[in-house]
Amino acid sequence: MSGYRLPAPLGRRIDRSRLVTFLFNGRAYSGFYGDTLAAALLANGVRLVGRSFKLHRPRGIFSCGIEEPTAIVDVGEGARRTPNQRATLVELSEGLIAESVNCWPSVELDLGAVNRWLAPLLPAGFYYKTFKWPSWGWFEPVIRRMAGLGRAPTKPDPDRYEEVSVATDILVVGAGIAGLSAAVAAAHSGARTMLLTSSAELGGALGWRADPEIDELRSSARRLGVQIQTRTLAFGVYDHNLVCATELLAADAPSPGARGVLRERLWRIRARSVCSAQGSFERPLLFPDNDRPGVMLAGAADKFAHAYGVAGGRRVVIMANSDSAYAVAASLRSAGIEVVALLDRRPSADIAADAGNLRVMTNTAIEKVIGTAAVRACVAGTADGRGARPERIDCDLILSAGGHAPAVHLHSQAGGKLRWVDESAMFVPDGAAPGLFSVGACAGVFSRDAAALHASEVGRALAHGFTVPAAPVGGAGRTLASSRVAAARGKQFVDLQNDVTVDDVGLAALENYRAVEHLKRYTTTGMATDQGKTSNVNALVLMAEMTQRDPPQVGTTKFRPPFAPVTFGALVGRRVGALYRPLKQLPAARWHAAHGALFEQFGRWSRPAAYPLGPETLHAAAQREAAAVRRSVGLFDGSPLGKLEIWGADAAQFLDLMYVGNMSTLAVGQARYGLLLDENGVVVDDGIVARLGERHFWVNTTSAGIERTAAAFEEWLQCEFTNLKVLVTPVTSRWGNVTVAGPKAWSLMAAAGFDAAFSPATMRHMTIRDGTLDEAPLRILRASFSGELAYEINLPADATVALFERLLTAGAALDALLYGVEALEIMRTEKGYIHIGTDTDGTTLPGDIGFARALERKAANFVGRRSLTRPAALDARRLQLVALSPLDRRTLLPTGAQIAADAPPATTEGHVTSSYWSPELNAPVALGMLSRGSGRLGERVSVHHLGARIEAEVVKAPFIDPAGERLRG
Amino acid sequence: MMQIPCPWCGKRDESEFVCGGTSHIARPPLDAADQAWGEYLFFRDNPKGLHLERWRHANGCGQWFNLARHTVTHEISLVYAIAEPAPP
Repeated sequence: MSGYRLPAPLGRRIDRSRLVTFLFNGRAYSGFYGDTLAAALLANGVRLVGRSFKLHRPRGIFSCGIEEPTAIVDVGEGARRTPNQRATLVELSEGLIAESVNCWPSVELDLGAVNRWLAPLLPAGFYYKTFKWPSWGWFEPVIRRMAGLGRAPTKPDPDRYEEVSVATDILVVGAGIAGLSAAVAAAHSGARTMLLTSSAELGGALGWRADPEIDELRSSARRLGVQIQTRTLAFGVYDHNLVCATELLAADAPSPGARGVLRERLWRIRARSVCSAQGSFERPLLFPDNDRPGVMLAGAADKFAHAYGVAGGRRVVIMANSDSAYAVAASLRSAGIEVVALLDRRPSADIAADAGNLRVMTNTAIEKVIGTAAVRACVAGTADGRGARPERIDCDLILSAGGHAPAVHLHSQAGGKLRWVDESAMFVPDGAAPGLFSVGACAGVFSRDAAALHASEVGRALAHGFTVPAAPVGGAGRTLASSRVAAARGKQFVDLQNDVTVDDVGLAALENYRAVEHLKRYTTTGMATDQGKTSNVNALVLMAEMTQRDPPQVGTTKFRPPFAPVTFGALVGRRVGALYRPLKQLPAARWHAAHGALFEQFGRWSRPAAYPLGPETLHAAAQREAAAVRRSVGLFDGSPLGKLEIWGADAAQFLDLMYVGNMSTLAVGQARYGLLLDENGVVVDDGIVARLGERHFWVNTTSAGIERTAAAFEEWLQCEFTNLKVLVTPVTSRWGNVTVAGPKAWSLMAAAGFDAAFSPATMRHMTIRDGTLDEAPLRILRASFSGELAYEINLPADATVALFERLLTAGAALDALLYGVEALEIMRTEKGYIHIGTDTDGTTLPGDIGFARALERKAANFVGRRSLTRPAALDARRLQLVALSPLDRRTLLPTGAQIAADAPPATTEGHVTSSYWSPELNAPVALGMLSRGSGRLGERVSVHHLGARIEAEVVKAPFIDPAGERLRG
Repeated sequence: MMQIPCPWCGKRDESEFVCGGTSHIARPPLDAADQAWGEYLFFRDNPKGLHLERWRHANGCGQWFNLARHTVTHEISLVYAIAEPAPP
């Protein structure tokens, strides 16, 4: 128990009058309002907070911010459990529940820690090596259980997330001295300015310090109307200056019973210019066992002390490679924390800071850390391994101060390049990125005054559109690039989250994975939730050393969004449940529901699949409905059928170009079936084209194909056949479609009061006529997908319910009934009619489905025609549509089953595409695609499905009414 | 997400548009050789730099138009009508 609470006035962020209790790994602790989980755990003396990803080594709190690699916890429980949260960012609230990840059964007794003894077997690339033999499949279940971080919730999220899109002139990301200066200058120059900070308050990395300059900038920003968004993390820069950010709304854990709490808001901000002021990350140093609980970044210990009033230890050793360590030492001592010694890797000549009366050992490094679950002491030796005898120093907190790495993430995401500043061993932006300008520490400007001045100039220049001044990089002092202890034994961790050691990087270099992208993937450095915020620079420097190159020659991997993990909830927003993929509803949907419809999803439509009676199954209902239609008459809601009106002087010529089948030869009132191809010759839709006038056509497409057909028509008209005078108007939702089908279809319509002009005697199959019924305009098409006498009655969508009522009432004496999509599927399969997308796929050409002769008859060009004479299109082995029947006339052929001479693995000859039980024949009927199928009538084939073999026969289609007598009525 | 200047509606988010690929590809006549037809269907340049391409404001005015986009920076330097010839 080393950490403890420091007395006020230390702890500017916490409210000591408000005690907060929370649970960590099932044990109750208390902290103060304003604490982070990490601060409260340290104050309670908790050091061991997790286990590492691969080796299950004990790990503690390493940082005080977003870069945290090791203190990863799952927060909340049940449906609200949020995995992989950084304890350094989790704001403490009453009743908060947090759990360590990567350990079982507990963080103290972790069985996975056996991996530590297996460590020699788990080097870089161990996945690729070890599990090649005998099979990855042997190892996968074990690896999957042991790997991974937190556990995802298994129940739906009870809370809400929303998104907002805004535009602004200048967007400033980061609210430290640089960000504030830029925002104030931009707003002062008249630009609409937005300022984001992930923190709850303005002031940036040093926001916990009393700072009159920050206070003044803050009030200026408010006065000038800068839109300030706190607790809003910019996680990505996307094309054309779109910045996405998540705003945390509900800081306190919602009470268990609460639902629909607004948790996060996704901001999508389109900015004319973006100004990045994200600051920098402290770079840790490498030494043996530098991952022990009690090793921490120096700046983090300073922040814990001053912002939260928490000391991470009682005896502190600082391991330095940078002048910034000296400021931290002084700051800690001012907080009353004992700093035992400052070990500096650098020779005296490189050190520009003054340590006062603190014991400083130059040219010194830590050779060894004593203590496993918590630091107890360290052994200091000379940095180069020569000279003075190693010295043991008792301590319980070791601070790592390896210099700083500018947070160049947004700059890099925006497409900016980096350059290496050797003096301070850091990558800085090499000029600006397109549309994005860095200021302050993330631009490599570490002197406070220079940063504020430069940022103001940038803000002003962006607002006015002036040339943006270059960043005055500097002020970080001298830092050695190399940060490891060359001669020491023991694991020196480069990436604490992924358990990547100096030796792993060495192995990658040895095995020639020297390119930075290879280094990352082979060793997993810089992956997972922290994305290498504390490890990237050390890994690159190491690889450079080991391959005798300079760090810039190794280069850096491209930073990609997101900058930090984003919850799925924030990205998904309101698009969940019924709003995930909203279905289209029929105009008469409620009427169908009241009449017992069983709704299912067909494409994007919710439609009646059948109308089961009482306990009847879908299958039984569909059988009954199909039989009744063939016997008497049925009513079907065909409203989803795609409907287009085509107008214009060149409408006929245009439709000839679009369809296989001549539409220009149609007389007014006539209708014709057409296949729509794409330019590859592939059948993409079918439908019926009817001529309403010389220059006016009515086109029915498939229900699923209407959007793409309308889009294709527009594309050809606007981009290729630009000389044609044609207008295409999609009217699907304006017109309902009530289909009356069956031998008594006309009897029913006559009984319902339809004009005798529509009788089969005067209105032929495949003709269209206008009419009226109770003043509603009608457009009646005689066409049939069931093979029975059928009328498709098109009428204004809001009149469909009235027509259904009228027909059903009139049809009582005729046993008229409603039928659904399943019954229609049975009937069209009995007739051998194809369903595009079910019987056809992305390779099907018109010749494959029986339209070879239609092609021969049409000499003119049309879309896709040239592709039908390509060698592949003329290949005799192509799959062709066939009708199939099982030899026993009893066994249903499974849809999707493969046709092959022998059991798999054998070359398949085709597959079953549609298969139903025919109530008419009391036997199965099926369609399929079969190689050379059109010439194989009467042949026997074997159908294979899940190990079973069914003998079938290629039969003649259609299965019923081959002469089409029913169709004509 | 890019911001695309529709010539009719002004700047709108990319999600409102559909990209139709490279512009100015001539459609060969019916008697074109297999090779020429195959190139028309399947072969496209993949330049690093300026690319002339077709877009449709599908969730907007529905109109097709051409634009010149830099394939690395996504900078859109020119927007012109669908029937206009390729700029020099």
